[in-house]
Amino acid sequence: MRFDPADYELIAPGTLQAVVALLADEPGKWLPIAGGTDVMVLYTAGKLPARKLVSIWNLAELRSIEVLPNEIKIGAGCTYTELREHYVIAQEFPLLASAARWTGGIANQNRGTLGGNIANASPAADSLPALLAYEAELILVSVRGERRVPYVGFHTGYKKMKLAPDELIRAICLRRCFSGYLHYSRKVGARNAQAIAKVCVAALGRLRGGVGGGGDAIDDVRIALGSVAPVPLRLTEVERIVSGKSVDRELVQLAKKAAVAAIQPIDDIRSTARYRTAVTGNLVAEFLEQLRATGKTA
Amino acid sequence: MTEEGIIGKSVPRKEGRDKVTGVARYIDDMTMPGMLYGATVRSQIPRGIIKKISFDPHFDWAELVTVTAQDIPGKNCIALIGDDQPCLADGKVNHPEEPILLLAHADPHLLRKAVDAVSIEYEPLPAIFTIEDSERRSQIIWGDDNTLKTFLISKGDVDGVWAKAAYIVEGEYTTGAQEQLYIENNGAIAVFDREEGITVWGSLQCPYYVHKALMALCNLPAEKIRVVQAETGGAFGGKEDYPSIIAGHAALLAMKSGQPVKIVYDRLEDMTATTKRHPSRTRHRTAVSKDGKILGGEIDFTIDGGAYATLSSVVLSRGTIHAGGPYYWPNVRIRGKAVATNAPPHGAFRGFGAPQSLFAMERHMDHIAQVVGLSPVEIRRRNFLKPGQTTTTDQTIREEIDLGKLLDRALELSEYTAKIARFAQQNKVGPIKKGMGIAAFLHGAGFTGSGERYLASVVAVEGCADGGVRVLVSSTEFGQGTNTVLCQIAAEALGLPYHDVRIAQPDTNQVPNSGPTVASRTAMVVGSLVRSAALGIKQILIASGLLGSSYPPQEFRAACRAHIAAHGELRSFARYEAPEGVFWDDQKYRGEAYASFAWAIYVAEVAVDLSTYSATVEDFVALQEVGRVLHPVLAKGQIAGGVAQGIGFALYEKVVWQNGRMQNGQMTNYIMPTSADLPPIRVFFEEMGNVHGAYGAKGIGELPMDGPAPAIVNAIEDALGTRFDSVPLMPEDIFEAVSANGDR
Amino acid sequence: MSHSSERRGQGGGNNRAKSELSLTINGKPETVRVFPMERLLDVLRQELGLTGTKEGCGEGECGSCSVLMDGKLVNSCLIPALQAAGANLTTIEGVAEGPQLSALQAAFLECGGAQCGICTPGMILSASHLLNKKPEPTLGDIREVLAGNLCRCTGYMQIFEAVAEAARRKSSV
Repeated sequence: MRFDPADYELIAPGTLQAVVALLADEPGKWLPIAGGTDVMVLYTAGKLPARKLVSIWNLAELRSIEVLPNEIKIGAGCTYTELREHYVIAQEFPLLASAARWTGGIANQNRGTLGGNIANASPAADSLPALLAYEAELILVSVRGERRVPYVGFHTGYKKMKLAPDELIRAICLRRCFSGYLHYSRKVGARNAQAIAKVCVAALGRLRGGVGGGGDAIDDVRIALGSVAPVPLRLTEVERIVSGKSVDRELVQLAKKAAVAAIQPIDDIRSTARYRTAVTGNLVAEFLEQLRATGKTA
Repeated sequence: MTEEGIIGKSVPRKEGRDKVTGVARYIDDMTMPGMLYGATVRSQIPRGIIKKISFDPHFDWAELVTVTAQDIPGKNCIALIGDDQPCLADGKVNHPEEPILLLAHADPHLLRKAVDAVSIEYEPLPAIFTIEDSERRSQIIWGDDNTLKTFLISKGDVDGVWAKAAYIVEGEYTTGAQEQLYIENNGAIAVFDREEGITVWGSLQCPYYVHKALMALCNLPAEKIRVVQAETGGAFGGKEDYPSIIAGHAALLAMKSGQPVKIVYDRLEDMTATTKRHPSRTRHRTAVSKDGKILGGEIDFTIDGGAYATLSSVVLSRGTIHAGGPYYWPNVRIRGKAVATNAPPHGAFRGFGAPQSLFAMERHMDHIAQVVGLSPVEIRRRNFLKPGQTTTTDQTIREEIDLGKLLDRALELSEYTAKIARFAQQNKVGPIKKGMGIAAFLHGAGFTGSGERYLASVVAVEGCADGGVRVLVSSTEFGQGTNTVLCQIAAEALGLPYHDVRIAQPDTNQVPNSGPTVASRTAMVVGSLVRSAALGIKQILIASGLLGSSYPPQEFRAACRAHIAAHGELRSFARYEAPEGVFWDDQKYRGEAYASFAWAIYVAEVAVDLSTYSATVEDFVALQEVGRVLHPVLAKGQIAGGVAQGIGFALYEKVVWQNGRMQNGQMTNYIMPTSADLPPIRVFFEEMGNVHGAYGAKGIGELPMDGPAPAIVNAIEDALGTRFDSVPLMPEDIFEAVSANGDR
Repeated sequence: MSHSSERRGQGGGNNRAKSELSLTINGKPETVRVFPMERLLDVLRQELGLTGTKEGCGEGECGSCSVLMDGKLVNSCLIPALQAAGANLTTIEGVAEGPQLSALQAAFLECGGAQCGICTPGMILSASHLLNKKPEPTLGDIREVLAGNLCRCTGYMQIFEAVAEAARRKSSV
């Protein structure tokens, strides 16, 4: 056994208020643990530096999914299973639903949380490209109250984020404005299930005229990638190049080149930089080609 | 006699109920009063001199039991074939994770801290990690020249064929290491008593291998060592020789402490420190006639054995003998060689050398086909061994096998021809490219040549007081159905219901040595002996007048009870006897290599997605001739499971090495297929019987490992038109090859 | 029977204490004294002697530690004991209906779903979770839900057959 339970403290204050009070009292000393699917793996391997943990599993304030006319507010403590099974998420946010579906196996989906995925900040995290594409906003909470921040730019570097030492992620907000878009997502891993992404794409696009509208110019496009940089990336340069244009072979080549230039993939135990680069280019091209196809009139 | 035969029926698995209710007890489920946990301090470098071992003074070492090489009562070796592998490193290390010191304590958490509190200073020595490094001999790490073993198979006149050849086809093929990945890690519990000696319970395949190793290590006579197999959660060869090491470690700690000691590895330790499939390199140079017939050739088959010899000579033997595949070679020279590197010693894994050399042969056949301008189907058809012809070792094929017909059936079952045509059209558009691939192969069951005679296996069947019978063998169950099949055989031989037959737990105090549970020999060789011993029981009862020659089960039970009441016991032994007229020359490596061969044709349908360069097997047909199917569900399960491991070997399972150490020693990063990854694996059998096997059975446990990798890579070449000669074949490799060709 | 001492003598300078944990296992209320960061897997195996749940990987990949917690399939190697307080657990020991095997267990026996048996408890609990949610699963459903349970012996084919067979038997009652 590479870990000793005797060396760790874990408490469950039971309410959000008590947890944030604790974090304010001793900032940086208590590691929040929700479902544990990341923390417990480190712990078992003897690689968890934290010795004091505070459980935020099953805090009612973090578990709700609030459906409002213009947005949906997903509690950070919601599990992937809850995301998959929620009607609005499945209907209106398929990028997030598919990320939930391909994260781990069912047992891990029953415990892993969206907030945990954000806070753990793995460059290969499955849900983060979707949050970038949907331009999610995060509600962060502390004893000082709540603040709402865009998710774009939230992760600033490898495992670094704009979260104060005494703050928790409380909810993830998504605007309900993506009907009529093509939602494209693909995860490339070592196998079909239970795989860490080698490349992960979440993209949204809409042509002028919408689906079946006969239009061909790109009206709105967002392309987000995981596993190709220390943080999940929006390919803003690619988006700029393709916006307002019709998708043709030349544009696709330009977009691929720009995508390749924007990413910083590495060689690691799972894959190579060259492979990740090539696949990124291929998937960006595939997305644009599918986007073009949506313009065809019925 | 029973109304319906038991052989050929899918009777319930003997220990099945325990397994589905969670009652079956594996090593880590067992505890004993006063039990300590044991752990191993291992080398962090691949090769070097141990300068100093320091124990952190802030730790209370008085609480811990410590064992070093100096504490070994007997010989510091793991007795197997040679004695070159130390049980504990003494002064020098030759591979990463080599065991140096052992520790024990009642608290497993504290134990881990103690392991971390030992620091070792080394003087590193230059280490070698590849076959090529080893051959270069810039560092000699084993013997005089790093060569663990060689074999030479010579048939006909190879030197004369080149001049006659219309084509000379060359190729080099490589396979990587593969981790057995049994879901239950290695574990053992040892108890030492001054009077009784050592008792070890282990997750293991071969109780008598462990018994022999412990005798030498602990310097105790045979009757003071007892080895018992616990329920074993998968093995696949990974628990053939390795358990002697972990059992030896537990035994040494038990002897030192006087308390029971359990050692169970976690996944990281098991993956990084224990055996793997030998990496291989095979070079073919083949002389082929104008109409595609093999005239002769040279095959160089080399395997990487790791730091110590262990089983390499036997793996090499099997790989060398199988290197020619199911084809007729009128002339051939096969050089087999095993070399040493500074990696943890490689060991047994299902197939045992044959998957490596058969991968090369079957890839090479497709290559020959291309050069000659024939299809993969036709090139094989023209070269298949026929009854009356001889193998590469001059073994005459005496059974009426028709590989051409077997091929036809496999092609039909897989819709090969229609799919080839369809894919040729479909592949013109879109990123998905599909292909079909064939592998034809054979697998010899039982020990090679004189091996079975050398093993001299003994089996017993005894009558029980309640009138039932019990099979006594050292053959172990680890999922493949040993318990079930051997009881079926005894039941059939005696005309008893299956439920009247039980099998003893393999315990060296209770059961004779029926040889190791390896080499696909259990049903065929041991089963045959079980049948003999069972018939022996019947003979005793008939001879004593208690039983007629034909009887209903209840009469047998009554006779059995009566005999035991009168004589105290009822037991019959059977010992292996080599069949008449079978010859094998160990020096020339010529003759009857195996008592029987199973034959197979596998067909893989693969799709490669060129947007991600990932290859997926979409459909798999596994057709084999196996003598007799003793238990349909078990047989199908063996083939499907072996095919799954073969698919892993081909496409998913890559050991990432750095300086001789496995870097991806967790299940997150060493990838085996999940239920979402495998195609339908469609299993079919032909049965033509086998003179040497129980009820006509041939060994099938390892056969399915040989075919999938070459069939899949053949299919990928068919799909892409790109040549690949190595497994594992990862998407990154496909990408590099495809982009080098300028595609996409 | 617990191997661990109440407080460790050395190693960690911080003295943590065990506390009482109450939960229900296979319908039976249990109370144990454990460290809050003890893994639920170890609480089951060591404190409660329920060794049917297995450890295969220690990182939530292999699923042999799968149990049902409040009706949901979870990997018990990734759950700290404190988070299981008050939970209702089903382990393999609770699957059989007394001496009668469940439909799944019987089907696993007949169809060859268990070879070495080490993945079997987790596999049966996953399949059980599936059949609770989807009494008539497609092959795709079966493949998906079992993807978190690794089996090295069977190649999964006979496990799929076992689950499908169990579903058939349960629906034809």
